[in-house]
Amino acid sequence: MTSLPTPAPGAKKLGLVIDLDTCVGCHACATNCKEWNTSGHMAPLPDRNAYSAGQEGVWFNRVHAYEAGEGEEGRTVHFPRSCLHCETPACVTVCPTGASYKRAEDGIVLVNTDICIGCQLCAWACPYGAREFDDDAGVMKKCTLCVDRIYNETIPEPQRVPACVSTCPAHARHFGDLGDPESAVSKLVAERGGVELMPELGYKPVNRYLPPRRAPKADAGPPKEAGPLPSRITNPLLRWVDKVLSR
Amino acid sequence: MNPAPSIVFFTVASGAGYGLLFWMGLLRPLGLVPGGAAFGAGAVGLALVLIMLGLLSSTAHLGRPERAWRALSQWRSSWLSREGVAAVVTFAPAGLFFIAVIGGKEWLAWWTGLLAAAGAAATVYCTGMIYASLKPIRQWHNPLTTPGYLLFGAFSGAVLLAMLAAFWGAAAVPAAIAALLGAGSFVFKRVYWASIDAAPPVATMESATGLGFIGKVRPLDPPHTETNYLLREMAFRIGRVHAARLRRIASLVGFAAPAVLLALALPMGGVPAGILALAAALLALVGLLAERWLMFAEATHTVALYYGVGEPR
Repeated sequence: MTSLPTPAPGAKKLGLVIDLDTCVGCHACATNCKEWNTSGHMAPLPDRNAYSAGQEGVWFNRVHAYEAGEGEEGRTVHFPRSCLHCETPACVTVCPTGASYKRAEDGIVLVNTDICIGCQLCAWACPYGAREFDDDAGVMKKCTLCVDRIYNETIPEPQRVPACVSTCPAHARHFGDLGDPESAVSKLVAERGGVELMPELGYKPVNRYLPPRRAPKADAGPPKEAGPLPSRITNPLLRWVDKVLSR
Repeated sequence: MNPAPSIVFFTVASGAGYGLLFWMGLLRPLGLVPGGAAFGAGAVGLALVLIMLGLLSSTAHLGRPERAWRALSQWRSSWLSREGVAAVVTFAPAGLFFIAVIGGKEWLAWWTGLLAAAGAAATVYCTGMIYASLKPIRQWHNPLTTPGYLLFGAFSGAVLLAMLAAFWGAAAVPAAIAALLGAGSFVFKRVYWASIDAAPPVATMESATGLGFIGKVRPLDPPHTETNYLLREMAFRIGRVHAARLRRIASLVGFAAPAVLLALALPMGGVPAGILALAAALLALVGLLAERWLMFAEATHTVALYYGVGEPR
């Protein structure tokens, strides 16, 4: 059913919070995502010419790198891009078969590959490029928010998070309920001023991106030279002068 | 957007077929086209063949065409599903219309023709809405997209009807309609192009990444060194490079030339009118294929922003 579910008040909105300040652009999220999902709910994820020129395949995470700003304000930002599990996802409503759906209980957007006809209209409707077509199976594939991990009682509890979150060495990815203002992820978003991507399109993405922190303003004047530690100054008179002038 | 040949052919062929069905259903009860069984069978038959060829072609775009029937289920939310339902429903009056004009059952032909005309208009409206509802593609998410599909379908259908009627030596009314719609389409398409050229991009690299507060955003490293589905399908740029020339071809060959040829054919009769109308029909279909190819090729998708290959600002 591709009409969107009416969200119950206080319903869960599971999603990711991605910290652009700490992401180091290592692609571990993309790699572990591929590793898990090529044998998970959406399996398999094709790879053509995996070991030669013309390599191409389906990935649910793509890690871009951008430069933003000029001069001292300029930043290099690593930017992982994946499904944002929108509150009003057009990829779901355009689906003619009911293969695309948004779960009422937690807001995860999924594809039922057993009834997908591969018309690819959902990929056109997604402004974020979250959906990639599987040429081998003839159906659309997308991020499942690791629905087969997060509720999986056969794996240890600390691992019941999306593969990209569990693997991130910089702790730049956080998973939780963004519908609950008291959750750790909601507090993190509030504290760091997390943003939606392309809010002007109106799809109300659930995932949030934490902006890179601003570099501290450099003081005017020439840079200060670091002096020796007081304990290293052997001459008592000089040590006294250093102590007085350091006040 | 990558112009898939199957969809370009589908929308042109079924658009012309539904246009032809529309005009037959409307003009035949008024006695403005030849009323005989042979003409009716030819015109309605050609319409049905074009519609079916188009629909068959559209399934070539599917990854799993054997599941195409499932597309009829989600008419509550999906314009693609509504198009499928409208197409299937329209076959009922259109088929009866075909049988009625062959069998000379005028009372049956009268109301099935009108129902088929309504179904044809509804189906093409849904086709237009599929594109018009896609917000990430600003050239399609435009108030002129759906009227354009309706107008070009009506135009190409009228040209085909004028061609067939010219073979019967009675092309006056359809040729006049087609010439007027051709001139109208020529102007309409120019207005549409002016509209999409003037409109700003729907989003920017800054809003796509949320990094605009730092300053202007530039791509540094792509996420992958080879191409992928997103780039092939939604960052298609060849069309925009040649857009000006293709626009001239589409509007002159597709709309202006057939309108002029049919206007010339109006005072003539017999064989010259038939030849001119045939040429007009061929030019219109070729021009419409170029117009439809360009409609895809010129369209930009917001996902290209992430790869730094969005529209120049």
